[in-house]
Amino acid sequence: MNARVWIGFWMLLQTTPLAAQGFAGLGADADGFAIPHPGAVLEFPADHGAHPDYRIEWWYLTATLKGDDGDPYGVQWTLFRSALRPDDGTGWQTPQLWMGHAAVTTRDQHHVAERLARGGIGQAGVTASPFAAWIDDWEMKAHPDTGISELTLSARGETFRYELALSAKGPLVLHGDQGYSVKSADGQASYYYSQPAYDVSGTLFLPDGPVEVTGQGWLDREWSTQPLSPDQTGWDWFSLSFDSGARMMGFQLRDSGAGYTSATWIGPDGQSQSFSDGALDVRPLKTERVSGRDIPMRWRVSLPDQGLDVEVAALNLNSWMDTSFPYWEGPVTISGSHSGQGYLEMTGYD
Amino acid sequence: MQLATLVLGLALATGLWSAVQAINTQARENYAEAAERLGINRFATLSSPSGPIAVDTYVRIRRAGWQVSPVLEGRIGLAGRSFTLLGVDVLTYPMEIAPQADEADVSPADVLTAPGRLFAHPDTIRNTEQAALPVPLVTSDRVPRGIVMTDIGTAERLLDRPGQISRMLVLASQPRDLPPLSDIVPTLKLTAPRAGDDLSRLTDSFHLNLTAFGLLSFAVGLFIVHGTAGLAFEQRRGMVRTLRALGVPLGLVMRLLMVELGILALVAGGLGLVLGYVVAAALLPDVAATLRGLYGAPVSGSLRLQPEWFASGIGMSLAGALAAGTHALWQVRRLPILTAPGQHSSGLASETAFRRQAQAGVAMMLFGLSCPWLLGGLVSGFVLLAGLMLGAALMLPLALSRVLSLIENRAQGALAEWFWADLRSQLPGLSLALMALLLALATNIGVGTMVSSFRLTFGGWLDQRLASELYITARSNEEGRRIESWLSDGQADAVLPIRHAETWIVNQPARIYGIVDHATYRDNWPLIASLPSVWDRVADGTGILINEQLARRGDLWPGDSVTPAAGWTMTIAGVYSDYGNPDGQAIVSLPLLLSRFDGVPARQFGVRISPDRAPMLKDALLRNFDLPASAIANQAEIKDRSIAVFEKTFVVTGALNVLTLGVASFAILTSLLTLWTMRLPQLAPLWALGLTRRKLARLELLRSVVLAGVTGLLALPLGLALAWVLLAVINVESFGWRLPMHLFPLDWLRLWLLALCAGAIAAALPARRLNRMPPSALLKVFADER
Amino acid sequence: MLLDVQNVTKTYPVADSTRPVLDGACLTLGAGETLALTGESGSGKSTLLHLVSALDGFDSGEILLDGMAMSPLSDVQKAALRRGPVALVFQQLNLIPSLTVLQNLAFHARLGGREDPRQIAGLVDRLGLAGLENRYPEQLSGGQQQRVAIGRAIALRPRLLLADEPTGNLDETTSDAVLDLMLDLVRGAGTALFLVTHSPRIAARMDRHLVLKNGRIT
Repeated sequence: MNARVWIGFWMLLQTTPLAAQGFAGLGADADGFAIPHPGAVLEFPADHGAHPDYRIEWWYLTATLKGDDGDPYGVQWTLFRSALRPDDGTGWQTPQLWMGHAAVTTRDQHHVAERLARGGIGQAGVTASPFAAWIDDWEMKAHPDTGISELTLSARGETFRYELALSAKGPLVLHGDQGYSVKSADGQASYYYSQPAYDVSGTLFLPDGPVEVTGQGWLDREWSTQPLSPDQTGWDWFSLSFDSGARMMGFQLRDSGAGYTSATWIGPDGQSQSFSDGALDVRPLKTERVSGRDIPMRWRVSLPDQGLDVEVAALNLNSWMDTSFPYWEGPVTISGSHSGQGYLEMTGYD
Repeated sequence: MQLATLVLGLALATGLWSAVQAINTQARENYAEAAERLGINRFATLSSPSGPIAVDTYVRIRRAGWQVSPVLEGRIGLAGRSFTLLGVDVLTYPMEIAPQADEADVSPADVLTAPGRLFAHPDTIRNTEQAALPVPLVTSDRVPRGIVMTDIGTAERLLDRPGQISRMLVLASQPRDLPPLSDIVPTLKLTAPRAGDDLSRLTDSFHLNLTAFGLLSFAVGLFIVHGTAGLAFEQRRGMVRTLRALGVPLGLVMRLLMVELGILALVAGGLGLVLGYVVAAALLPDVAATLRGLYGAPVSGSLRLQPEWFASGIGMSLAGALAAGTHALWQVRRLPILTAPGQHSSGLASETAFRRQAQAGVAMMLFGLSCPWLLGGLVSGFVLLAGLMLGAALMLPLALSRVLSLIENRAQGALAEWFWADLRSQLPGLSLALMALLLALATNIGVGTMVSSFRLTFGGWLDQRLASELYITARSNEEGRRIESWLSDGQADAVLPIRHAETWIVNQPARIYGIVDHATYRDNWPLIASLPSVWDRVADGTGILINEQLARRGDLWPGDSVTPAAGWTMTIAGVYSDYGNPDGQAIVSLPLLLSRFDGVPARQFGVRISPDRAPMLKDALLRNFDLPASAIANQAEIKDRSIAVFEKTFVVTGALNVLTLGVASFAILTSLLTLWTMRLPQLAPLWALGLTRRKLARLELLRSVVLAGVTGLLALPLGLALAWVLLAVINVESFGWRLPMHLFPLDWLRLWLLALCAGAIAAALPARRLNRMPPSALLKVFADER
Repeated sequence: MLLDVQNVTKTYPVADSTRPVLDGACLTLGAGETLALTGESGSGKSTLLHLVSALDGFDSGEILLDGMAMSPLSDVQKAALRRGPVALVFQQLNLIPSLTVLQNLAFHARLGGREDPRQIAGLVDRLGLAGLENRYPEQLSGGQQQRVAIGRAIALRPRLLLADEPTGNLDETTSDAVLDLMLDLVRGAGTALFLVTHSPRIAARMDRHLVLKNGRIT
């Protein structure tokens, strides 16, 4: 295992087996990190920024796009934060580590890049107001005084580059109980909110030349200290935008038993409704061999309470994020009771 | 007997050769590994001509999209020794430094947060030393030997250089559409990845040295094999003639002889490899210590053998046997089936051959001499050496012949006349062995002179250079300042700060020191060239001193100007000798240094105090500031340590010297044995004319001693020439300094006596045989039609 | 009597049988006398010559040279004998290749401390070697070489000259010339000559002619 895999693994999974650390009320785990608790009120724009007293955090933007060539495209821009200690520190001495992932997916190509950096020296970080999140030259930046409603987004790798503008068309959505999102029956939880309704436009620079694109973007914000239970092996996460104007966020955390599911239904008006464990049902229909692993590429997703019963299929099977901590993340198309596009993330398929 | 010499000769030759090869290969492999690990040869580097780079500059480059990785490098004292500490940003460094995850239990938090972790190869720091370290150490075979690596955050704490970066690696993979680096950071210097790495360039001379010795040994070994193969075939003459008379085709006979020789070569090669392994294993720790001490080059102290090594050893053995056997076979080929006993030579014919050889020798010498002017560089230095040595070897027979005829002309008495004339006539058969002896002796004299000159000069230089009684290294600038003010408060006669910054001068990394104006420097500092009132010029900030390495490489001498950092030009006021490091160095006044460089550490001082009070002051310092013992070194300790490094450097050379001399005397023995069958018909008439066997035996012994003695005398000028080349050409090329040559006549005498012994020992066996030979065996000479 | 060989036996261990080469050989030779010893190949002629020149020892009997018994002599004394009263000429390998003709001629006499430059100068003429003095043996013909060898022996002025097939390697004409010269020199110097040969023609030129057969002289 090389150091970056090792660090990436650390950042994404945090598998320290301290199962009992989620005591509500104590407010901190054994290492001094804060832990989420129900009833907390998220405050903006402050909570757009980083929460260094929590162990992990991310700014996760995905977009399903259509090019001026008529082809579908997917874009991912993610900034992860992981703290070794619950403080900021300065310079190289900081315990705050940052990891960026960027990807562009076409029908037959998948371009990926990764960045690692330390906080404290300015190479990566997030400021709440005006909002800016960056690692190296990758940047998600808001126009002054717009919170996170008007963003510009850029990233580049060896083979690709993109410059996008995002404009929010709806309110922020708080998942779970006003942003307190439970992740397991043991009570592990995170703070979780989204801006699921960006109109996106901009340019993708690909090996075959630039493509003008427009489409839908979805930003997820989540921070926590201990999101997974020790027996949870991975997750399948869906962000679906239906042609009806409705949207749904849903995930399944897999474990040795039945797993743990959670969903948020967002009406065309932006009003959301949370569904706790068991309401959402996701099951793989077909797996494919991707990068030496068997990964489900076609899913049946149903949320009976909302009359949802759809098949979700990958646009490009090879949307494999060959990063330090590898996972599958890519655009999907939806058919069945509803139609539309979305993004799917799958981890823990070894 | 001859079988034994044949096998032994080949084994010796192969053994010495493969020992040297094993050592060289091991070292080179380690360098390659180190260079790979350090990324020197894979990545371009960005550095600042004006000293350390600020973290902000790194972030600026990063925020522009360039994938670079910062490195902070410095020296650090650990477990009583000094190491290069390489601080890297483990998040962006393109290579691993942590061991395999299952080998050590270190988490990212351990590495990235205080106190951090040090990483070193298991060979670098022993387990037993780890307790004394300021930061826990993790052994990792992914770290090159000899250096210590850590996260840059830990490094800036340990080196007390917060926010500094020594250089950046420009990673191989870069994003598309980047702006040029020169637009982002115009003041930084981009260096392309180096084809050859620094270490192997630096240590080339050392390895060339060893290789030269290896080849010399092999050549000497070949002389032995040549002699023995000649002997073997000489004794087979009768059999060959009989076989041919019986109708066996010559080709078949030759093939059979070759096969036999081949088998012997394989056996001998195998023995040689064993011998080589033993020699290499015995010498490697010293070699490794030398390379580490002198160049900081990481070499493992243990031997790992490569298949190529076996192949080259056996190959050399086979090739050697073939080369030696071909000549002998050629003679067999020309052997008529029926033959009369051959006429014995007066030496007339050989005189012409000698002259031709000598002409070739002169040509080789001239070629060697012209090389430095035509080519320049280290390699030409070695070509010069090779030309000198081989040329001289080729000239030896003629020189010996001339010397002998000179003596012969003055000889009184029939016996003396015969002795000298005979000696001369024997030269063709012995000349190869004597050439071997000449080379061995000259190398001994040359290398010995160099080593001794070095030792003498270095010792004197140390005395001048290490003028302060105590040397202190504080753990931090703050502590340094406290110690300095305490010392200045009447505790010491003078406190001399030792403060430096890293920079580039004449396109190479160099260290620039700032000094205060003090008599210590004026009285002691070893200047080899200077302007008038040099120290005043340094003190008032108008002059800079540079070390000899810089002066010779840049051809910069007092009065010239030099640019110690971007936009800063100074006049060179003096050049000082600076042995023991291959890098450039410069000295300016301390205020000037501080005005030019930020963040110059203030942790080291020299302290002047009367020597008898030095131990007391040391104790007081240790007590008052709670310093580790390693923080204060006294003059004597440093001198001892420095001298020890140099002693180690030449242990190997010394050992190879002795071995080569041994092999050379063995070559004489085999030559004498080979000539034995031809010798008897020359001696028997003398016996018949009234000389006793004992007398003849004594003369035989004397003959060998005289030849060795004369060769030894002739080796002296060659050895001195060799020493001169080593000191004035090779040293300048490989280290950048030139050493004065000192002469050590007593060493020569000792060596000459050794050569006489070698000659005597070599002849002892044949002489004893002659003394004990029954008359009937001698009489057979007259009767035998052979 | 210059030479008195009394009942000498000599055995060489050959393979597993010990066959006596000489088996009670007796012989006498007066001063200035010339004697030829002939016999079949391997009959022991050369061996007897070697015993007389003190090059090898014998098993029993005695050899007296000028009344002095040889058997008790040490190696050093035997060697002195070969530098003084006794000189030897072989069929081959007589000359020292590294020395010139002149040096070779003078060599034996100088070894014995009896050098006489005038005598040697005379010998050069007598031997027909004028002009060849500074040549080396390898530059001479076989006859010339053998003349140098004889000259060298004569220059020592020995009482007894021993010669083992001295003309064996030479053609008949050369051989006769060399032999003539040898007899001439020997007689002029009053030296006794003991010559081993297989040639009856040469044997006939000597004062006496003996034959060695089955280890005995008849």
